Amino acid sequence: MKYIITTHLLFTLILCPVIPGIIQKVKAFFAGRKGKPVLQMYYDWGKLLRKGAVYSRTTTWIFKASPLISVATGIIGVMLVPLGKTPNLLSFPGDMILLVYLFGFARFATVLAALDTGSAFEGMGASREVQFSMLAEPAMLLGLCALSALSGETSMSTMFTSLQAGTRPVLAAAIFIVLLAENSRIPFDDPNTHLELTMIHEVMILDHSGPDLAFIEYGAALKFWIYASLTASLIVPPGFSGEWKSLGAGLIALILVVAAVGIVESVMARLKLTRVPQLLVGATILSLISLILIIR
Amino acid sequence: MVLFAGAMIVFFVGAVLLLFIGRAKGANIAGPLFAVVGSVLAMAASIDAIRTGGFELVLPWHFQMGLLHLKMDPLSGYFGLVICLVSGLAAIYGGQYMAAYTKKKQLGVSWSLYLILTASMMLVITAWNGVLFLIAWEIMSVSSFFLVIFESEKPRVLKAGWIYLVATHLGTALLLVMFMILGKNNSYDFNLVQVSATAVTPIFILAIIGFGTKAGFLPFHVWLPEAHPEAPSHVSAVMSAAMIKTGIYGIIRICIFLGPPRASWGWTLIIAGALTGIFGVLSALAQHNLKRLLAYSSVENIGIISIGLGLGFLGLSTGHPIIGALGISGGILHVMNHAVFKSILFLGAGSVLHSIHTPAIEKMGGLMKRMPITGTTFLIASAAICALPPFNGFISEFLIYFGAFSFLYASKGTFSVLASIIVIVSLALIGGLALACFSKAAGIVFLGEPRSFEAKNAHESGIFMRIPMIILAGCCLLIGVFSPYVINFLHPVFETITGHQPIGFTALESAAIPLVMISKTALIIVMVLFLLAALRWYLLKDKTIQETGTWDCGYAAPTSRMQYTASSFAAPITGMFGAVLGSGKELKMDTGLFPIFLSIKTHSKDIFLYLLYRPLFYGIEWAALRLHFLQRGYNQLYIFYIVITLISLLLWVL
Repeated sequence: MKYIITTHLLFTLILCPVIPGIIQKVKAFFAGRKGKPVLQMYYDWGKLLRKGAVYSRTTTWIFKASPLISVATGIIGVMLVPLGKTPNLLSFPGDMILLVYLFGFARFATVLAALDTGSAFEGMGASREVQFSMLAEPAMLLGLCALSALSGETSMSTMFTSLQAGTRPVLAAAIFIVLLAENSRIPFDDPNTHLELTMIHEVMILDHSGPDLAFIEYGAALKFWIYASLTASLIVPPGFSGEWKSLGAGLIALILVVAAVGIVESVMARLKLTRVPQLLVGATILSLISLILIIR
Repeated sequence: MVLFAGAMIVFFVGAVLLLFIGRAKGANIAGPLFAVVGSVLAMAASIDAIRTGGFELVLPWHFQMGLLHLKMDPLSGYFGLVICLVSGLAAIYGGQYMAAYTKKKQLGVSWSLYLILTASMMLVITAWNGVLFLIAWEIMSVSSFFLVIFESEKPRVLKAGWIYLVATHLGTALLLVMFMILGKNNSYDFNLVQVSATAVTPIFILAIIGFGTKAGFLPFHVWLPEAHPEAPSHVSAVMSAAMIKTGIYGIIRICIFLGPPRASWGWTLIIAGALTGIFGVLSALAQHNLKRLLAYSSVENIGIISIGLGLGFLGLSTGHPIIGALGISGGILHVMNHAVFKSILFLGAGSVLHSIHTPAIEKMGGLMKRMPITGTTFLIASAAICALPPFNGFISEFLIYFGAFSFLYASKGTFSVLASIIVIVSLALIGGLALACFSKAAGIVFLGEPRSFEAKNAHESGIFMRIPMIILAGCCLLIGVFSPYVINFLHPVFETITGHQPIGFTALESAAIPLVMISKTALIIVMVLFLLAALRWYLLKDKTIQETGTWDCGYAAPTSRMQYTASSFAAPITGMFGAVLGSGKELKMDTGLFPIFLSIKTHSKDIFLYLLYRPLFYGIEWAALRLHFLQRGYNQLYIFYIVITLISLLLWVL
């Protein structure tokens, strides 16, 4: 039991940077390119961690604290979220509420760091970030609500273990949309473009450099892993009994989810900014539908 | 009891003595001194009441409607604790804040009123007799009115004061009726209150509206955003953090008298709370005046408290004591939490106001560098008010969420399941909007480049203004990290509320596990942050660290006017909810080929003030003018009216 928890945790902390690599590979495959290596993010880190840093004269301690907060909340989040049926280090009734608000904390720090630079672009990104997350939060909580009503549990680990019924796909779809929004992927945000007017997350970290940027990238990778595990746990078929087996199944499901993100990014264009709220409200409605199906 | 009596004597003596000080500087030392000593004594009495059950004091002084009967039970003790904590610390702050008015204003009177306000709030929560309660309530309202109009030479302040006075008295009028129904057998003593089954619903409705006016429930909130911004900042802190909570106290106290909670009460409080919360935070987001923003945010937090209490009542009435316990403990704890972070925010806003002389957010910016302590405490309070872990706001909202999630499964298949969905969705929306609102408040005010000359030359406030904010910020973190102890300490308070169902609070044990885990997590967060900071320091140890300007994509001459403003930051969300916010904009354009001026002004009106109250009061004024012909100025005529009234009353009785 202890081994599997430790393995899962270490696995996550070490492997999460592979995720962007997989997405890049999938996108490259669709575009008929060879693409960056899967381990590209590790190389980037190696480079960033060895660098010094440049700070704007306008910034204060918040600008320096924000990357640390992103990573810290990511690490705690990893301890909270199960993958498949693997139990977790910190699991208690109501842990999903803590998870949602931990990400709120990270977002608050990122938004403030963006405003700290006094740049018009970063202010714009911050403004959009709070708007979209305000819409994504009810979708996420309603999704969790449905999960909780379905299983009668309020802890994420036990929630997924005692989950039997067939509303999973609807819920998985809702959480997947939230995943795309919260991790600033297409169709909400384009992680590749550096055209300031279209960016949300990327523009907020425009002024970070060196180890700070590495921390932010790592925090983002952890966050992606956490949302992907949530979605993956929903699509793992309930048949697996052994713990190691279910961890393996969870990992495979997680890679599938990540590949799905890659496919979405390859076949879709970024939405017009004014359409984004509609999609998020759509996710809320999906969550609501699954909730109604469960409690009727 | 001795402590409480001592505190009241200190307040009273102080209030009388300070009247003679006048405009002298001494008032700013004597006033806070009396307030702090009185508050500490009263706080000790309150803590004692929570721990040992309190005291009962009956003075053999017969006035019209009964005895002078005071009683402090754990519930009163809890509210007393909140009131004294805020009043004491705000007084320390106020001593320095008011120094600017020395020789210009009647400081002695102002401080005397401050002491009266604190004493009357303590009296409100301990009065055990309807008439005494109303008298204390009225003293509280009037003294706070005079404190609001401290700068009465400004017409704006006076207008705000009038709105407050009218609103609070309309509320009191309903309370008067309510106590008359309660004291039907001519006894207003709370021990003798007997409520007939038919009277329960009318009393509950009167209490919700009457006390809700003080607390700031949705259509009755209009006075808050008018009165709070105009009062001196330490008074705004006391009013927003402590005084409006007496409304919550009143609702709870009356509900205890009315017997076991009913499902309809729960529903009323949840729906009122959800509407109040969402409207409050949306309006807060749209404000350009820092203190007005904070006042609307108080409306929002009253909504959250009400949601918690409503969920608790609904849980109790449908036979789920655990959920009852969770909802009530969450709502009650939020009273304390809101008091703590909202006083920091108001005091911080006061420091900013003191330093740059304008409450307009668009004129601020970059104050973190100039006022580091104010900025940091304001930031901590902002995080806490957005319910972010590891701060205190998260604990109370967690308890409510947890109750709602548990209720979801427990009440599956019944109608009440809808209530838990409403609770969760509205809390989630409020949470997201609060984050937007306070990242705007903290970010635009304290971060970035100064947006005006005054902001550029801002200075940190004095030591006595900073100390209360530091203490309160410490409370935010301590309550957040050591929540199990806090909940344990407040046990008797929750038990007082559910007195009719004493089994309920052994059930709180089930909430103890998550709270212990949350406090562990909070400690882990702090630890991980320190480790990461050490790592960062190690990585940057002998690297070159440069300082330059902010990257603005190669633009050569950046100015602070290029920054995102508060209105532009909030625009996407306020645009989505434009209909509710009554927002409008005035665009002035130069239509020539080479436009030289362009200005845009956005504002949002409180739709309730403009669409509900204004027409209503105009209607009343119109009707009053139509009746003007009755007033002729002849004594004979007035005596004739009296005679007619008496005769018609006589006929009615016959």
